[in-house]
Amino acid sequence: MLLKISNLKARVAGKDILKGVDLEVKAGEVHAIMGPNGSGKSTLAQVLAGRQDYEVTGGTVTFEGRDLLSLPAEERARAGLFLGFQYPVEIPGVNNVYLLKAALNAKRKTAGLPEVDAYDFLALIKQKMKVMQMSESFLTRGVNEGFSGGEKKRNEVLQMLVLEPKLAILDETDSGLDIDALKIVSMGVNSLRDPARAVVLVTHYQRLLDYIVPDFVHVLSGGRILKSGDRSLALELEKRGYDWVQGAEVA
Amino acid sequence: MSSKTQDVEALLNQKYRHGFITDIESDSLPPGLDEDVVTAISRKKNEPRFLLDWRLQAFRHWQTMTEPSWAHVHYKPIDYQDIVYYSAPRAPANAPKSLDEVDPKLLATYAKLGIPLHERARLAGVAVDAVFDSVSVATTFKDKLGKAGVIFCSFSDAVRNHPELVERYLGTVVPTGDNFFAALNSAVFSDGSFVYVPPGVRCPMELSTYFRINAAKTGQFERTLIIAAEGASVSYLEGCTAPMRDENQLHAAVVELVALDDARIKYSTVQNWYPGDENGRGGIFNFVTKRGECRGRNSKISWTQVETGSAITWKYPSCVLKGDDSVGEFYSVAVANNYQQADTGTKMIHIGRNTKSTIVSKGISAGHASNVYRGLVKILPSAEGARNFTQCDSLLMGPSCGAHTFPYMEVKNPTATVEHEASTSKIGEDQLFYCLQRGISAEDAVNMIVSGFCKVVFKELPMEFAVEAQNLLSVSLEGAVG
Repeated sequence: MLLKISNLKARVAGKDILKGVDLEVKAGEVHAIMGPNGSGKSTLAQVLAGRQDYEVTGGTVTFEGRDLLSLPAEERARAGLFLGFQYPVEIPGVNNVYLLKAALNAKRKTAGLPEVDAYDFLALIKQKMKVMQMSESFLTRGVNEGFSGGEKKRNEVLQMLVLEPKLAILDETDSGLDIDALKIVSMGVNSLRDPARAVVLVTHYQRLLDYIVPDFVHVLSGGRILKSGDRSLALELEKRGYDWVQGAEVA
Repeated sequence: MSSKTQDVEALLNQKYRHGFITDIESDSLPPGLDEDVVTAISRKKNEPRFLLDWRLQAFRHWQTMTEPSWAHVHYKPIDYQDIVYYSAPRAPANAPKSLDEVDPKLLATYAKLGIPLHERARLAGVAVDAVFDSVSVATTFKDKLGKAGVIFCSFSDAVRNHPELVERYLGTVVPTGDNFFAALNSAVFSDGSFVYVPPGVRCPMELSTYFRINAAKTGQFERTLIIAAEGASVSYLEGCTAPMRDENQLHAAVVELVALDDARIKYSTVQNWYPGDENGRGGIFNFVTKRGECRGRNSKISWTQVETGSAITWKYPSCVLKGDDSVGEFYSVAVANNYQQADTGTKMIHIGRNTKSTIVSKGISAGHASNVYRGLVKILPSAEGARNFTQCDSLLMGPSCGAHTFPYMEVKNPTATVEHEASTSKIGEDQLFYCLQRGISAEDAVNMIVSGFCKVVFKELPMEFAVEAQNLLSVSLEGAVG
């Protein structure tokens, strides 16, 4: 088991958001977590990544058998957990390549691998940029500085391709993308699909799942997973809306 | 969060690395200040009459003045009668003619500071005029500069060898009565640096002075005068460190720059005076007057400063843009940590036609520190077509620090263009988490974010010092995130 979440509860600013989430993700799988606004999808992603202002009040999470919640954020990242941010932040004056090289080398150092030098890194990043159809000017720009929404999301996926995580959690990576950008981003994610890796997609929209076909679909609402199924659950949700699931719980 | 905060404190509490004291016999005057002391300083230095008169005039003016209180800084009143106004290392009767004659203990001190004197200077292509307490100890590269006609020497040497230049330019940019601290400096200044670049000469190397305060209870009052004649250009860097002391030490320097027609002066400062301990005890009071005058047409003066030290910083490197088409620039990074207080900025006085000024100020506050940007852009009626661009950004680290911006603008010519941009940001939890999530340690992340914030200013530093400034910044702020 790559990721095992048991009865996870968390609160933000004194408010309980996650009220007992259970989820198991095996290597090789793609899971989609869907749900209405405010259902706790992003909170789940942030808690798994180790954001400090989210307080875990109960439950356990293991990552490859290790207690994930006891690790600081940077160690989770180095262990192979990647979060694609919903709103990637701008870091003015810090070069894209510089940040990503530092990230890769931090991870390699933890794994006991030699650091990648600037020359090899440039070759690597250029190859990945080709996959994401990004222009060379990206190399000289600051981290997300002045990027359009679509460029920011593409940059997230680019970082993921360079870091090659075991588990990628993509938080609404599809939001704000036009159809062409959506295709590119999906292609990037699909290129990482591999029996040794897993992807958790957090999304509002079924549309993304036409391009990245999930093995499992879960509906998160009111801080709990109310329903799980396969690809067809997403299609049914699109037809019947979230009220259908929430209604089912009451009934 | 709490464990993170402790790490931050541990990192912030790093010992000041330059806090050692050199054991050398000093030739000092007793503490206190009156006309006899001013006269004694002048005598000790065998100064010509005009300079003694000038000092006495400044002293008399100073006695009528009161210490300014408008700055956003707080400190116990300074007892000006408890300060030693002259202290010189005891040396052979005559000044050393080469480094071999210099007291080896002094050279060891410089080695600890990492000053590139001696061969390291040669390799780096830097000429150093090292000021130890009040007397200039060694000046390198005089020959090479001499061939180009550039005069680069201690202020005392300039008084001795080029009195006509000193008399002609001294006090013409910062008059003796300009302000309380400038008047004090004019009365008691003991040494400093002097640069004259003759017409049409591009100074063949970066000039650099490291100042260092050593004797206890000694105030340091250097005076720097740089003149770039018609079509000349020069780049000058000063670096400052001071040993650790419990009491506060006063540093009241004056720097005057004069740029004639088509001349360029670039003045860069990396200031790392002792900032006091983590409880705000000790540290340098850095009350400095720096001003440049673009006296000639199409001249340019550019100030770049990286201020990480001092308990209190009070300085406003300014440009008086007299010549038509002259340009003034001010690029600043000011860091205040623990209980440091910084009140710094610039004045751009536009007098000539089509004069241009640029102000870029980056203030970083951490711990309980207060960081103030105070700037004046003044456009006189004569300054047809003048332009100014000002950008002030503040970065806050943690909940207990403060940042303030006081921009003053006086525009008396309707054709002028004045732009002002300002921002205050907390070092982003979001930015930090983004880096952590990519596997980068908190310490590296903060260095990265702060360096990015300061990048536009560092770009203005001479290359070899940009690296030094960046290192200094990361030592000052390592992990400073709450």
